[in-house]
Amino acid sequence: MNYHWNWGVFLARTPSGESTYLGWLLQGLWWTVALSLAAWALALLLGTIFGVLRTVPGRWLPGLGAAYVELFRNVPLLVQLFSWYFVMPELLPRAWGDAIKQLDPMLQQFLAAWLCLGTFTAARVAEQVRAGIGSLPRGQRAAGLALGLTLPQTYRHVLLPMSFRIIVPPLTSEFLNVFKNSAVASTIGLIELSRQSQQLVDYTAQPYEAFIAVTLLYLLVNVVVMGGMRWVESRSRVPGFIGSK
Amino acid sequence: MYDFDWSSIPGALPILASGALITLKITATAIVVGILWGTLLAVARMSGRSWLAWPAAAYVNLFRSVPLVMVILWFYLIVPQLLRRGLDIPASYDIRMASGLVAFALFESAYYSEIIRAGIQSVSKGQVSAALALGMTGGQAMRLVVLPQAFRNMVPLLLTQAIILFQDTSLVYVIGLADFFGSAYKVGDRDGRLVELLLFAGFLYFLACFGASVLVRRLQRRVAA
Repeated sequence: MNYHWNWGVFLARTPSGESTYLGWLLQGLWWTVALSLAAWALALLLGTIFGVLRTVPGRWLPGLGAAYVELFRNVPLLVQLFSWYFVMPELLPRAWGDAIKQLDPMLQQFLAAWLCLGTFTAARVAEQVRAGIGSLPRGQRAAGLALGLTLPQTYRHVLLPMSFRIIVPPLTSEFLNVFKNSAVASTIGLIELSRQSQQLVDYTAQPYEAFIAVTLLYLLVNVVVMGGMRWVESRSRVPGFIGSK
Repeated sequence: MYDFDWSSIPGALPILASGALITLKITATAIVVGILWGTLLAVARMSGRSWLAWPAAAYVNLFRSVPLVMVILWFYLIVPQLLRRGLDIPASYDIRMASGLVAFALFESAYYSEIIRAGIQSVSKGQVSAALALGMTGGQAMRLVVLPQAFRNMVPLLLTQAIILFQDTSLVYVIGLADFFGSAYKVGDRDGRLVELLLFAGFLYFLACFGASVLVRRLQRRVAA
């Protein structure tokens, strides 16, 4: 292969001169991390709400939870992203849509990607929350209610704290997925990590170095998240349940 | 309020259909190659020989920790160079299709291999002992006793992964390949009707995937029973 390796390229100045290519990569990493963490927070919130809805008594609320999960699980992520980015501003009342379109482009992209990743991941989190609540002995709910707690109190003080501790391992893999899925935001132009790799290829014509560096950064994110979640898992493990020591 | 105008969809159906064909081709190739290569990887990983197990584990973990978008871009970088050097391919051949096929097949193999590994582990150890006691070799026990049972248990999971994979094929958008989603986007962009085309594409994806997942769930209930 007569490819010309040049790892020094990362220290070269970018055309605009205010940064190096390594600086670009780190900026991309920053956007990837910021987007993923923000989306994860939204996903936990929405996922808990819809997951709980699927387990409450009655017909309408569980049906609503199920409809949410089916909708967001059965449409490709890319279609969802483009819908948030191109379709949502058109369907909102005109004044709102116009306000969104006047935002800074980067902010528009971030907003669409955040809503997209958050709502998409929430469907998966909801399934885990439902499974977690479902795995608790039935007596827990009954005991909570028998003690005079209202249903919301039973969820808040009895069912949710237990089920969250049980579902930490599956949530870890969803958390990792958020970082991987955030790469899709490159398609609407958000300059996160994978977009930055393409930009580096365009500017430096050193595709292998750029791709290897970005791949390593994704691996690094993976390792850090896994390490962090393993710590959370060891702290939150419920004694006496499967997997606890 | 937005004025919907669906009139550009009927005329675009042939383009959308040829895009759908590309989507299905990639999906089918990735399922077939993914299950075959994934089985080999899973068996290698569980073989107990470290020179086999270690590279298989590294392969699976590497592919599972990198975003699919990056994998598609990687193969679009590598495959064309290999193809141009190795084979004398006609200029008319769409090299993006070849890169997309390779990327999806190799990427999905990693995910399939994890499903298959779990399936193999779900077969009870006594089955292997019995096969070995009957005088089978390790390979025969795996091929004739373990894998047939493992696959029966795995069918719902393999199909669910196929649905996910079908949705993910839309990401070939990043290398400009016009699959079903790519064609819908192109038509919408051309006619200034992106809203309608995106909603239409999303609706069809939803019908296909929801229908398939209902069928898988029904199958799952039958397997469990």
